[in-house]
Amino acid sequence: MDLNLLKRRARNEWHISPRGKMRVPGVIYATESLIRDMDEKVYEQVTNVATLPGIVRASYAMPDAHWGYGFPIGGVAAFDPDLGGVVSAGGVGFDISCGVRALRTGLTVEDLQPVKEQLAETLFHRIPAGVGSTGKVHLDRHEMDAMLAGGARWAVGKGYGMHEDLASIEEQGCMAGAKPEWVSDYAKKRQQDEMGTLGSGNHYLEVQQVVQVFDAAVASIFGFREGDIVVSIHCGSRGLGHQIGTEFLKRMAVSAARYHIDLPDRELASAPINSEVGQEYLGAMRAAINCALANRQIITHLVRQAFANLLPQATLSLLYDVSHNTCKVEEHVIDGTPTRLFVHRKGATRAFGPGHPDVPPFLRAVGQPVLIGGTMGTASYVLVGTKESMSLAFGSACHGAGRSMSRHQALRQWQGRDVVKDLAARGILIRSPSFRGVAEEAPGAYKDVSEVVDAADEANLARKVARLAPLVCIKG
Amino acid sequence: MQPPRSETVQGSWEHFPHQADIGVRGIGSTKEVAFESAAHALTAVITDPGSVAPTQSVPIVCEAPDDELLLVDWLNALVYEMATRKMLFSRFAVCFNDHSLHATAWGEPIEVARHQPAVEVKGATYTELSVKRDEQGRWIAQCVVDV
Repeated sequence: MDLNLLKRRARNEWHISPRGKMRVPGVIYATESLIRDMDEKVYEQVTNVATLPGIVRASYAMPDAHWGYGFPIGGVAAFDPDLGGVVSAGGVGFDISCGVRALRTGLTVEDLQPVKEQLAETLFHRIPAGVGSTGKVHLDRHEMDAMLAGGARWAVGKGYGMHEDLASIEEQGCMAGAKPEWVSDYAKKRQQDEMGTLGSGNHYLEVQQVVQVFDAAVASIFGFREGDIVVSIHCGSRGLGHQIGTEFLKRMAVSAARYHIDLPDRELASAPINSEVGQEYLGAMRAAINCALANRQIITHLVRQAFANLLPQATLSLLYDVSHNTCKVEEHVIDGTPTRLFVHRKGATRAFGPGHPDVPPFLRAVGQPVLIGGTMGTASYVLVGTKESMSLAFGSACHGAGRSMSRHQALRQWQGRDVVKDLAARGILIRSPSFRGVAEEAPGAYKDVSEVVDAADEANLARKVARLAPLVCIKG
Repeated sequence: MQPPRSETVQGSWEHFPHQADIGVRGIGSTKEVAFESAAHALTAVITDPGSVAPTQSVPIVCEAPDDELLLVDWLNALVYEMATRKMLFSRFAVCFNDHSLHATAWGEPIEVARHQPAVEVKGATYTELSVKRDEQGRWIAQCVVDV
């Protein structure tokens, strides 16, 4: 991206002044080097989002921002319903409530080492992953609606996990306001075999080691220390979310003119929050959030089963569960007044700071865990929300490394078999049904996750707590 | 090396780059062929279309107010059929009637070991979406798909 398009307001904060139809400025949080590497499309998409009705304060992009659909991936924007604000299906995306869940194991790398290969095989065997994979949980119409209304709470009620898991999930495992009746039969059919499946693309399940702790006090409250083994799960609402995104994108694109919404890009498909289509989308999208929470809860149960035979001493307690493709109703201070806003995070993680009422009581003194997925060959990070983040970007931070290379470029550069072999030589076991999929997800196809996380930390969006290195990775 | 591309009986398809995902483009002497070729490009995101035997047929009907939305609907209908039937498709026949599309897709059930599917497509997007004739009079139908 051309630096001349931006005004630097702080070391890692760059502003785009409102021009044309922009209602608010654009703000990008990133290092100079990340900005230089960002596609010009990110600039275009940040400015396009700034034109939407009812947007408040600014259109934001996180340090991992890259070219998305309508919104940039790594985009954050909030809308005030009293100012004619909109909800955007494009602003949430297809993979509604895609997110990351981390589990503490109570194990060290010494415990893991003797059974690492066996564990990799067992996890690969037990956790359905990849195109065409199906789960063992099949829901009839009644149970589908109960799952869509209840989320992880429904899953725990069905025996997938423990009641105490719920306290460590955003929304305590159940998104309020879900309306299963506004989820189409097509979306429900698409989900009928997909509960408890990882999916493909950048989704994964990893066994990781805590290799570096930056803040021992916060790590202690989060319940881990250097050398500990954790399990991370990255997936979302599967076919149900994809279908809801598809259907409402079209409805909103077609109805935008009726609501006098001038879309600079049809992918920004939006509807007024206080409209019929807006309300129906919110009800369906919240049901998809519950689907994602239930999905990650079922996978957690499968992980616990996989560990039980090989490492019966493993505790597998939930560290936290974050979603990074959502629209949520939150209260934020605008011009000194607490205001109810519809905050869209598209490839951005909520990062509420200490004292926030939505952070569980046992974490409230420090803030919420912010789980950042890296690549299968580099690292993932645990960060913690900050007080400052609330005024910087509605309490948001990055969500991952962000791609630096297209899938084609990656295929040209790497062979899946070689990637698996090279990583095995470094002690990282990859299990995947598709070598082509592995090549497309090669670690070198992503930005340097450490630079992204450092930028978020330096900008005070969230603070670094620990770095996690992969030991086993199940890729879809 | 260029992004993957191939000739079909009457048309051709190719992929074009998107930073996170993949663009699919169908090219043909008619709009029908361009739509069929775009469907080939969609399959090629997932697997080599040549590895998919066209043994089972699935009827597809879509309706949309304009050609561009119709292309997205067509590709999304294929995504839906692939997801719910656990199939891949390699042969397509499309015809138009005003704002509706009537098609048949032929393919077979996914066999992971043989097809090595790289990635599932979540949906067709409106990004880089266009259906138009180029300067040589060829129909071009394209958009980015989310994977």
